[in-house]
Amino acid sequence: MRPVESLGRYIIAFTEELGSVLLLLSSTVKQIIVPPLEMKNILRQMVEVGIKSLPVVLITAIFTGMVLALQSYTGFKRFGAQSMVASVVALSMTRELGPVLTGLIVAGRAGAAMAAELGTMRVTEQIDALETLATNPVKYLIVPRFLSGLIMLPALAIVSDIIGIIGGYAITVGLFGTSSTSYWKRTWDFLNIEDIYYGLIKACFFGGCIALISCYKGFYSEGGAQGVGKATTGAVVLSSMAILISDYFLSVWLFK
Amino acid sequence: MIKITDLHKSFGTKHVLRGVNLSVEKGESMVIIGGSGSGKSVLIKHIIGLLMPDKGTLIVDGKDITQLEEKELYEVRKKFGMLFQGAALFDSLKVWENVSFVLLREKRMGTKEAKELAVEKLKMVGLVNVENLMPSELSGGMKKRVGLARAIAHEPEILLYDEPTTGLDPIMADAINELIVEMKSRLAVTSVTITHDMHSAYKIADRIAMLYLGQIIETGTPDEIKNTKNPVVGQFITGSAVGPIKLEGIDEISVIRT
Repeated sequence: MRPVESLGRYIIAFTEELGSVLLLLSSTVKQIIVPPLEMKNILRQMVEVGIKSLPVVLITAIFTGMVLALQSYTGFKRFGAQSMVASVVALSMTRELGPVLTGLIVAGRAGAAMAAELGTMRVTEQIDALETLATNPVKYLIVPRFLSGLIMLPALAIVSDIIGIIGGYAITVGLFGTSSTSYWKRTWDFLNIEDIYYGLIKACFFGGCIALISCYKGFYSEGGAQGVGKATTGAVVLSSMAILISDYFLSVWLFK
Repeated sequence: MIKITDLHKSFGTKHVLRGVNLSVEKGESMVIIGGSGSGKSVLIKHIIGLLMPDKGTLIVDGKDITQLEEKELYEVRKKFGMLFQGAALFDSLKVWENVSFVLLREKRMGTKEAKELAVEKLKMVGLVNVENLMPSELSGGMKKRVGLARAIAHEPEILLYDEPTTGLDPIMADAINELIVEMKSRLAVTSVTITHDMHSAYKIADRIAMLYLGQIIETGTPDEIKNTKNPVVGQFITGSAVGPIKLEGIDEISVIRT
């Protein structure tokens, strides 16, 4: 095959897709501004994205905090810096792991569900049916999912931050016998409010990305059951990539 | 009521509609027949503005819907009710919420009233005690009836039927035909139906139009169509595999005959 040609084709396809996602974003934002808001649908999606993701987020956060404390404790012990464990856990959770891990979980759970549901609605003509019933499908379907992503991701991330730090506490204090007061002191010594705040901005961005990408994939899926499957896979892969890549650039920008 | 002039539509390199001309009078039941892949679905989706043509005009009640702003288009759509091939019921909503969808959203009435109205519309299509079920609990024929109840709930002036009898057993199919005829006489609506079921077409049509290779090749009353001199129409209505119609993907009919 001709490598230059296929690379070119790939870049064109990618740019086209990015353009369509941005167009969908602009019509979504436009539909948010136009009243009324679909409160019933928004609440339902907030439960879907937020409440139902909570158990997985809790388990992930507690074990992440625990393993973080375990690894850094044994590592730092080699040069006598065990006292820094609490700070490492607190900073890692709030700046990076809280938002990113929550994002990846929501992408896998709620993002996949969004793409599959909208994809099925597309191939069974339910989206066309909405249009014939004089209902804008972007307003009815995508706006609630987008808003719930924006709102619930930071909410989940903050829970994840707290639970991760508690996980670190359990290992450092419970297993290694560090004093409880010094753990909390070390946690607060190095943790600024910006660390938490910027982490939540990241989470908010990830939430928007996941909802937008997953809705886009589902909304424009075609080709029956296979198409829905492809849309779902695409939504999870693309959202996860978007989270990991944008995380780097957001970190450069926020924590410079 | 509906006037289509020189309508063209392509998907990629596929030129599906190649200059469709058709007019439907007020109160008339027009049936568009044509083979699978002839562009019937594409045509009916243009009539309600789900697809926009590459060229041509489509006038509904004096307005060219190809030229409308999004908001105006949604207004025009309120004149329409559409029954989809697979019914396209919203599976996250109960049957009655499906039927009263537009009424609930536009807050034209309270929940209790909307539900009563849904029950009444469901009764009109021959369904009782289904209002609290979910669409997944219904059979194919029942879904179509609910779809029809939803299409007529906001009292449209024009009803579009996308293959209303496809996928139903002959008795259920005939019951749906009866309903379509009844809707026409009771609600005095204009209707456009696409189908390849000739039995159904004869029963519900005031006029029949045949779509072939992206154009309307003949229009006439059911009797005129039955006595057509056009060999293409003749082949289609008798349902013969032999004749001038080329089947997509099959070069020689003789291949399947041997």
